[in-house]
Amino acid sequence: MLVSLENAGIFRSEKWIVRGVSMTVDAGEIVTLIGPNGSGKSTTAKLALGVLSADEGVAKRKHRLHAKYVPQKLTLNNNLPLPVTRFLRLTDTADKAQIDAALRVTDTEHLADAQMSNLSGGEFQRVMLARAILSSPEFLVLDEPVQGIDYNGEIMLYKLIENIRNSLNCGILLISHDLHMVMSKTDRVICLNGHVCCSGTPAKVASSEEFKLLFGERAASGLALYEHHHDHEHLPDGSIKVSERDQTQNNDPSKSLVSNDVYKANLDVR
Amino acid sequence: MLDDFFSRALIGGFGVAIVAGPLGCFIIWRRLAYFGDTLSHSALLGVAIALLLELNITLSVFIVSVVVSMMLVLLQKRASLSSDALLGLLAHSVLAIGLVVLAFMTWVRVDLMGFLFGDILSITAFDLALIWGGGAVVLAFLAKIWKPLFAATVSYDLATAEGSRPDQVNLLFMVLMAAVIAVSMKIVGVLLITALLIIPAAAARRFARSPEQMAFVAVIIGILSVFIGLNGSLGFDTPAGPSIVVAALACFVLSVIPINLSRKRNGRNQEIPKHNDNRVS
Repeated sequence: MLVSLENAGIFRSEKWIVRGVSMTVDAGEIVTLIGPNGSGKSTTAKLALGVLSADEGVAKRKHRLHAKYVPQKLTLNNNLPLPVTRFLRLTDTADKAQIDAALRVTDTEHLADAQMSNLSGGEFQRVMLARAILSSPEFLVLDEPVQGIDYNGEIMLYKLIENIRNSLNCGILLISHDLHMVMSKTDRVICLNGHVCCSGTPAKVASSEEFKLLFGERAASGLALYEHHHDHEHLPDGSIKVSERDQTQNNDPSKSLVSNDVYKANLDVR
Repeated sequence: MLDDFFSRALIGGFGVAIVAGPLGCFIIWRRLAYFGDTLSHSALLGVAIALLLELNITLSVFIVSVVVSMMLVLLQKRASLSSDALLGLLAHSVLAIGLVVLAFMTWVRVDLMGFLFGDILSITAFDLALIWGGGAVVLAFLAKIWKPLFAATVSYDLATAEGSRPDQVNLLFMVLMAAVIAVSMKIVGVLLITALLIIPAAAARRFARSPEQMAFVAVIIGILSVFIGLNGSLGFDTPAGPSIVVAALACFVLSVIPINLSRKRNGRNQEIPKHNDNRVS
């Protein structure tokens, strides 16, 4: 267990921003928080990271947890000369090879010598990600990581998140508005609205009444549509392959984990 | 060389400039430009308390400065006011309390102007040892907390989340600031120390491409200002402290004048790339 919240709550300005949140994130697990604006997603993430201490309940973290955080918003003071490579080493001691590698996977090599203040919104977000993955974190919190990133970048990012999870066995807490993404890669979905509305596997959450109430029938049907791609495969004659594991022919591992197909599916949906 | 008051003033001024450069950068990065003024106002309360309780003035100023800094940190966490409003609130309150306390002691006459402007030309050999010795200690501490302090300056949340303990380093930073103000106030005056914190760092911004560079350039500009200011004050028979501040200001003005610093700007004259016209007519 990397992080666990037990019945945790944050009380600010005479009201509970979140209350009664219980969740855990284990190594190698992707947990996604979804919920409407103001439902306490970022607050819950800060509770998990220890940025906020719980006014009620308990927040526990593994001792000396190596965490990295991509906040929803980071405003830099203009008086601060800050080149990208220095920003990457903000809380880390990384050598040049590590920095180059992190910049390469986030497609930001050309920005190495740029000043943070001169980056565009999408470039800034990519550099934030480069910083987060720089030194193989154990626990990664990504608060709306794709904001301002173009579509190709989004695909890159989702692949990256999955790669990080697979190669580093890193626990990831993701806050996302992209319900398709939620369905495709996540182990567990927690649907927040000041409290935990519903949680569980993506399929379970998508079919729950609370979720439909919160996001509307249409979002739920979108998820169901996606689940269709995820869950089973149609054989050429239209019959349904019962389980991916039973697959004997055409045993392509990249297809059992959701990979390019997801994005194609995503494109179709859009 | 130390026998000469002018050399002592130069060496003392250099010492203050070297410590003030990096500290001043943090002051600017954290938008705490009025922090120096707040501390100098609280210094007056320190003087009043020292006279009342017959304590050592420097010690009393240091303690009051630390207490006021702690209050700032506490208020920043609790109150919904921004830092500049809190600094203004604290500065005026402690100044007023200091004056009220002084008024109770009818038997005491304090030369407040002396504390405001100090006298860099009357630095003693002991003062020099204090400035350079104390300065070395302050810089050693600052070097030790540089990385976490910088991380906390960029983002408190980020630093906390990633295990930098920003509260601890913020506290130490405040104590270092209080120590610098307490020690240098009596020697060079409050005006000079707050000016040397802010102006060289502000002037350095233009020439720096990384935070460490900015701290270094701020030190250089501070030293230059002390050198030019003191020589100017000797030549034109102007007051020493204010002359140094004017020299620092001159450096700042030079730094804002738009001179082409980087080759990249010449890229301005590049042509707009043309696309082949592939439109289907």
